Amino acid sequence: MKPVDGVVVREPARDRRSHGVEREDVAFVADPGHLKKADRENLLRYMTMMRAAEERAITLYRQGKIPGSFYDGCGQEAISVGSSYVLGPKDRMCILHRDLGAHFVRGLTPDRYLANYMGRSGGPTGGKDGNMHFGDPELGCIGMVSMLPDMALVASGMAMAFKLRGEQRVAMTYFGDGSTANGQWHEAMNWAAVQKLPIVFILENNGFAYSTPNELEFVVDPIERAATYGFPGLLVDGNDVEAVFDASRAAADRARRGDGPTLIECRTMRMHGHGAHDDMRYVPTELREEWADRDPIERYADRLVAEHGFSADEVERIRDEVKTYVDECAKTALESPMPDPTEAHRGVFAEDITPLGDGEALWSHWSEG
Amino acid sequence: MAELTYLEAISDGLREEMRRDESVFCLGEDIGHFGGAFKVTDGFIEEFGADRVVDTPLAENAIIGTAVGAAVEGMRPVCEMQFADFIACGFDQLVNVAAKLHYRQGVAAPLVVRLPSGGGFSGGPFHSQNPEAWFLQSPGLKVVAPATADDAKGLLAAAIRDPNPVCYLEHKGLYRYVKGEVPEGEYVVELGKARVAREGEEMTVITYGSGVHLALDAAEALDESIEVIDLRSLCPLDTETILTSARKTGKVLVAHEATQSCGVGAEVAALVAAEAFEDLDAPVRRLTAADVPIPFSPPLEQAILPQLDDMKEACRELLAY
Repeated sequence: MKPVDGVVVREPARDRRSHGVEREDVAFVADPGHLKKADRENLLRYMTMMRAAEERAITLYRQGKIPGSFYDGCGQEAISVGSSYVLGPKDRMCILHRDLGAHFVRGLTPDRYLANYMGRSGGPTGGKDGNMHFGDPELGCIGMVSMLPDMALVASGMAMAFKLRGEQRVAMTYFGDGSTANGQWHEAMNWAAVQKLPIVFILENNGFAYSTPNELEFVVDPIERAATYGFPGLLVDGNDVEAVFDASRAAADRARRGDGPTLIECRTMRMHGHGAHDDMRYVPTELREEWADRDPIERYADRLVAEHGFSADEVERIRDEVKTYVDECAKTALESPMPDPTEAHRGVFAEDITPLGDGEALWSHWSEG
Repeated sequence: MAELTYLEAISDGLREEMRRDESVFCLGEDIGHFGGAFKVTDGFIEEFGADRVVDTPLAENAIIGTAVGAAVEGMRPVCEMQFADFIACGFDQLVNVAAKLHYRQGVAAPLVVRLPSGGGFSGGPFHSQNPEAWFLQSPGLKVVAPATADDAKGLLAAAIRDPNPVCYLEHKGLYRYVKGEVPEGEYVVELGKARVAREGEEMTVITYGSGVHLALDAAEALDESIEVIDLRSLCPLDTETILTSARKTGKVLVAHEATQSCGVGAEVAALVAAEAFEDLDAPVRRLTAADVPIPFSPPLEQAILPQLDDMKEACRELLAY
């Protein structure tokens, strides 16, 4: 595959999803039988929840209730939801700033997300860190730092612990196309391969690192590099939640079998600026329009009706329920007090160790065996 | 008790902790069959296996980042930087991820980074540095620097058991130069407690690491009543022991092999000036490396690192003040 031509991002054809895979041992079969109706409802529900919560947060930002800046993942909802949905409760995640859906799938409620953005005590960091720099340790998540892709190595360390203890558990983390130019990305890919770590790396290629297009980031598309590190790369349509799910499931299964890491590149488009301050004038209008027609939530809603026996009313009901729920969560978040200033001096050092907790595992596979 | 070198004591401490706790494992460059550049982990892979004595690629951020991830998942990783200088290549994971993790998210990252530090052997600018001040400017990291064989063992055990990231500075010049009686079996020296290495009445030298030996040798050579405080732990800093001695003698020299500006000496001097001003009989002085990179050629290196004569001279001046 040639690198992306300029900023024109093409939807990969289904038969090209496994491009870059040189090894025979990737059981990658798009098998719709893995998802039951309740799962499909969940996938729609969590993508919708991410969109609704982020829209609510943008309003709070414009009202001056969110200090600092604001970052979202509008247009990329299918990636975090579809990938995190494959994980079991004891699996672990390092979630990034376009991946709010993964927090919700793990069990975080939108009020805590909104409280964190507002610097309230009710957020997972209690005001110690802002925006998307959080992970709920009780849900098996470690929050990101601004330096990218640092969490690729932290997640590798979690996978290392699983490997050393002989546990069939998986670590999953995300990074963008920008991260693939950083040295730590290479360190993580190489190290995970050498150690055959049970990890799934999800690359969200949204075409731009802030304002810098793919063509100024790399010559060889990162998915081509996977095989050279010695593990499979899967190229998927990042706006197709079931395609993301299928690839992630195959990769997680592979990791659990002890066969090592997988890189999944999800092609997508960031439909908002890098942050709320960014009007993304560097993205050509026609490109935005092209991707707007492929909105992951609208597409999936249509597909549920056309292919999976959902009625239009059912889909509408799910979306209404989510909207009502997010509104309630916003009220809760606004009621959360600001942190006590004395808290700023606490917690630099740990006095003891609290192990990470387990996350929610919504996929029917986990409850139905 | 057994008489061990400083180097053997580090190995002994690490081995003891690995025997005691299965979650302790080592990772670093050439630490497996090769036993490490300085042989601290010599024989470890035979006893503990390749899963717990992990040879890594040449990738310091990978070493520290992996340690963070493994630590939050219940392991107790001990990272070896081949030379302390190389922490620069893993600095991002150390100061941005490890150091801030508990403050930001309430998640403990119990890991140790062993840092063979110090000059005096023509190691040049990239194998001789004393980077402790880098870490002290990064809240969330503990920093220890043993001077004796028994502290080398006991502080390492304490660092491994601590729920925080700990930078453990082991001075290469002390590896085989320093010997001492070291308790056998489990032995822990609490972090944050300084030690009075020599009692005296006329002045105090506050130091750590290689500086302790320089100060003790100078005090013996001068045959004066000089108190020597071995800080052992730079963060947390034992302010009580520092101030007690400063108030007692009224004259303080802070000495270290690291460069001068904004170093441990500056911090201790500021503390003494702020808290013991009325008990001082002389200005607080510093004896440190000059603010230059560590040069390679012996006469150049000796010109910038504190030597025994420099220590004697600094003590004489302060005693005469």
